[in-house]
Amino acid sequence: MESLIENFFNLKIMSEAFPLLLRGLGMTLLLCLAVIPLGLMGGLGVALMARTKITPLRWLVIGLIDFFRAVPPLVLLIFIYSGLPFAGIHLSPFVTVCVGFLLNNSAYYAEIYRAGIESIGAGQMEAARSTGLSSTQAMIHIILPQATRNVLPDLLGNTVEVVKMTSIASVVALQELLYSADMARSISYNPSPIVLAAGMYLIILWPSVRLLSRLEHRVGQ
Amino acid sequence: MSNWERFLETFFRPDLIEKYWPDILSGVYVTIQLAILVVITGVLGGLLLAILRSYRIKPLNFILIAFVDIMRSLPPLVLILLFYFGLPSAGLLLPSLVVLWLVLSLVLASFTEEIFWAGILSVRKGQWEASRSTGLSFTQTLIYVVIPQAVRMTIAPLTNRTIAITKNTALGTVIGVPEILTQATTAQSFSGSATPLMMGGIAYILLFVPIVILGRWIETRFAWGRT
Repeated sequence: MESLIENFFNLKIMSEAFPLLLRGLGMTLLLCLAVIPLGLMGGLGVALMARTKITPLRWLVIGLIDFFRAVPPLVLLIFIYSGLPFAGIHLSPFVTVCVGFLLNNSAYYAEIYRAGIESIGAGQMEAARSTGLSSTQAMIHIILPQATRNVLPDLLGNTVEVVKMTSIASVVALQELLYSADMARSISYNPSPIVLAAGMYLIILWPSVRLLSRLEHRVGQ
Repeated sequence: MSNWERFLETFFRPDLIEKYWPDILSGVYVTIQLAILVVITGVLGGLLLAILRSYRIKPLNFILIAFVDIMRSLPPLVLILLFYFGLPSAGLLLPSLVVLWLVLSLVLASFTEEIFWAGILSVRKGQWEASRSTGLSFTQTLIYVVIPQAVRMTIAPLTNRTIAITKNTALGTVIGVPEILTQATTAQSFSGSATPLMMGGIAYILLFVPIVILGRWIETRFAWGRT
């Protein structure tokens, strides 16, 4: 028992690592502030493009959505970070993560928006158009607000996944929370800093996870 | 050299493709085996947890829900590092492949438990009452009447979640599991070329694009609640 506390809840090591982890947490939050809006906007754009009446373009967009849903995000990050420099494209870790996440998240958010838009009956668009709104106006003022409301739990669920996914940025040497914790672990030869980081992730994410459970159970009824 | 030739020279060098494709292929085998194992243990584990939860034993459910919540809140990579570096200090030395399988199974089990539970809750009360009144016990009702209906209702979210977790096998590269990404990055650093990385990327696409398309089909076929 004592060795368990010594190894996992070593307060001395945790307090030494705390400032480092706090800085890492700051970077994680900054990253979230960048990639979540990027993904939401990218996803909406892609979802609208996937509705185009030009068939080849629509197939291309849907193909790209499936492509980026198939590639594991870590593979994408490593490709951008250590593959593209061979082609003369050098990106900083932060930009690497932003680009990788934009490509991956847009595909996932787009699928959610698409389901939301499809959940709105055609009559809504027809009614809006008949009042004199253009199809763009109808989309912005009538369809999208209702569509977004219908898929709000899915948007929240995906956002939780995005926040969790920022931890893979540690692999491309971005000094976010997990990177800092792993650095503290390798310096102290003690896994306690990772337990501390896990605690921080839990504080940020657990309320949303709980809320999602409640929403999900309601959907089933 | 034209741009196109330089592109081919960087990402598709034939001699390197020939040299490294056995490595990538062995990574593909590891990824496939791991993915199949994770899906089996994860989904069955989740079903088992959901069944346990329906007995509504207060202290047990408290622990179960706390566990499931933690597994769903923590990033898988954090759990992988925690298990990989933590378990040896607790006197348990596991190979990296086993750590990855264990973590991904636990995470998938937690998500599927929530999905199955939502499915069990959505089976109408009359189904319970009718089958209990025919003389079936609680457990028999659960297994023969409720679970089959619940599973059918949850196929779409289950598929999506399973695909998402399976893709996390790539995280194994951080602890040196010899799957596709590890093979590709190792070959990349030996050869000093981006070609193996491209090969790894293509392997993932060949492996997962059909699965994503299958998932899309299942999603429309078995949308939530439609049986």
